[in-house]
Amino acid sequence: MATRVYVPRETAAVSVGADDVAIAIARCAKENSESIELVRNGSWGATWLEPLVEVLVDGKRIAYGNVAAGDVPALFDAGFLRGGENKNRLGASNEIPYLINQDRWTFWRCGLIEPLNIDDFRAHQGFKAFEKAVGMGAEAVIEAVKTSGLRGRGGAGFPTGIKWQTVADAEGEQKYIACNADEGDSGTFSDRILMEGDPLGLIEGMMISGFAVGATRGYIYLRSEYPLTHSILSRAIDTARDAGWLGENIQDSGFDFDIELHLGAGSYVCGEETAMLESLEGKQGIVRYKPPLPAHEGLFGAPTVVNNVVTLASVANIMNLGGEKYASFGVDRSKGTLAFQLAGNIKRGGLVEKGFGITLRELIEDWGGGTASGRPVKAVQVGGPLGAYIPAEQLDTPLDYEAFIEIGAMVGHGGIVVFDDTANMAQQARFAMEFCAIESCGKCTPCRIGSTRGVEVIDRMIAGTERAANYDLLVELCDTMEGASLCAMGGMTPFPVRSVLKYFAEDFASAVGADE
Amino acid sequence: MTHEPYDKKTASDIVASFGARPEMLVQILHAFVDRFAWISEDAIRQLAAELNLSRAEVHGVVSYYHDFRTEAPGKHIVKICAAEACQAMGSRKLSAHATAELDGEDVTLEPVYCLGNCACSPAIMVDGKTYGRVSNERFDEIMASLGESG
Repeated sequence: MATRVYVPRETAAVSVGADDVAIAIARCAKENSESIELVRNGSWGATWLEPLVEVLVDGKRIAYGNVAAGDVPALFDAGFLRGGENKNRLGASNEIPYLINQDRWTFWRCGLIEPLNIDDFRAHQGFKAFEKAVGMGAEAVIEAVKTSGLRGRGGAGFPTGIKWQTVADAEGEQKYIACNADEGDSGTFSDRILMEGDPLGLIEGMMISGFAVGATRGYIYLRSEYPLTHSILSRAIDTARDAGWLGENIQDSGFDFDIELHLGAGSYVCGEETAMLESLEGKQGIVRYKPPLPAHEGLFGAPTVVNNVVTLASVANIMNLGGEKYASFGVDRSKGTLAFQLAGNIKRGGLVEKGFGITLRELIEDWGGGTASGRPVKAVQVGGPLGAYIPAEQLDTPLDYEAFIEIGAMVGHGGIVVFDDTANMAQQARFAMEFCAIESCGKCTPCRIGSTRGVEVIDRMIAGTERAANYDLLVELCDTMEGASLCAMGGMTPFPVRSVLKYFAEDFASAVGADE
Repeated sequence: MTHEPYDKKTASDIVASFGARPEMLVQILHAFVDRFAWISEDAIRQLAAELNLSRAEVHGVVSYYHDFRTEAPGKHIVKICAAEACQAMGSRKLSAHATAELDGEDVTLEPVYCLGNCACSPAIMVDGKTYGRVSNERFDEIMASLGESG
């Protein structure tokens, strides 16, 4: 019988050689007259171990980490198809502490299943949640989502059940589900891991959302920087449609729903929901005024649910296991789990899905193993380029929406970017303004002009020109941007800048030539 | 990367494959870039005519998005992630190295703001393929392998 071997087909794994490893395994198997079945699964999210190869031995998956194509002949010599000992061998996948100590609610199928195999998906609860939702009826679905306490995982944290209720109650012949897969924040990749590892799970989440609010059409707005994701997701949509899980009268439920996949075009601000809607309509991704809310007047002026990938995918298990069960994870008003992403200068980077309330220190030290460089942590940016730089002294802050707001930071989409003590934070403050200048949609003046002026003021501070006066000017500029910008781009760019002024002001004096 | 020179008939077929729907403009422009590498003035005129939009509207969309270049790129396109996670792992140094190494080569070098490969920083994309854990040495190897494959 053929031995099953898993090699992830996921961007991070492929970026460090997984395709070459798969080719080498196929070739070596042939040379050694071994019969194998090569499965290209998604990633478990232990990115630091990629490429992570697994072999099914006596019903148990044995993992081999950081496998290079050049290691493959030695793996065959070591008898890895029977779980043989070797320098890459990590033991059973379901005994790796990094993975088993998580609260895998949304990502539980990632790594486990073959993403485009609908039978495998079905064998792992696939579409059970949709069937259950249809049985419950739309109102009960929305009630369950409210009970779960689920909040938007794209970053804004708006209660999902209330958003769905608003769209369900809105008048309109045609309603839409718009899935925001424009994961632009540096340090984040959870949407990508989900779409590559469990694309049918996202499709199911969108179906449930559509059923709950009475929408028959869904759109996925995927960033163009994810070409492999695009290939996997478009095949998943075709697969679902061919099997009768998208289209008219899905599985005789009387419910029609279909999905169209759109690509972004390299604009960060298109992750903002109204800019995304403009882009979905084929226009420049320029932010709209709110109100009207997209829930009332969204895509093509129709009531629209705009939800992030992880938000939608989380709903499936809320149907399967109940809203109360989801709400039993987390703390206070931050219920459930978040897929934290450990990135930047970190030894064991990857995805960690845990209930809210875990501290930054636990994630960075216990899971992440500290910095990759082995040097002390200097600062941590949480929540993407609009998130504050948190100093090492505040690592004991628990990750929950409100606790982060209290320290002037935000949880956002859960990206955690670690910097060691060689980083110059004045350069990072400058970059925050520079990035805003590059990516501003240009509609409002504080963002469009303020960001450019911000770079200039910071340059003067770095050069030592009237540092105190320019400090005051920068604070005033931050006030203006924060108070008068139309969206979070200009309104929150001051967050990282202010945090540098507050905790790392001395870096302005040492920024010249730093990190060049 | 192989691209075709701009051709009105091919362009028209692409527009038709999207049902000539004006709301598909961003998607059509992607298809144009995949086929012709860049968006020419002729392409803008043709899109305006076939989608019943003004040239200003099409030009506005083309110039708004980073992905829609209006000049022919080099033989290879190298994007180096310049966002925070990669900065934390030395992308500024990698970028300086790449700029020096690629000087005089027929290669388009540009920054990109996040490839979503932040646990394998620094990351780059070469001709649409993402690479992670890119040291200066690995960068040179990747570029050399392109030379071999032509």
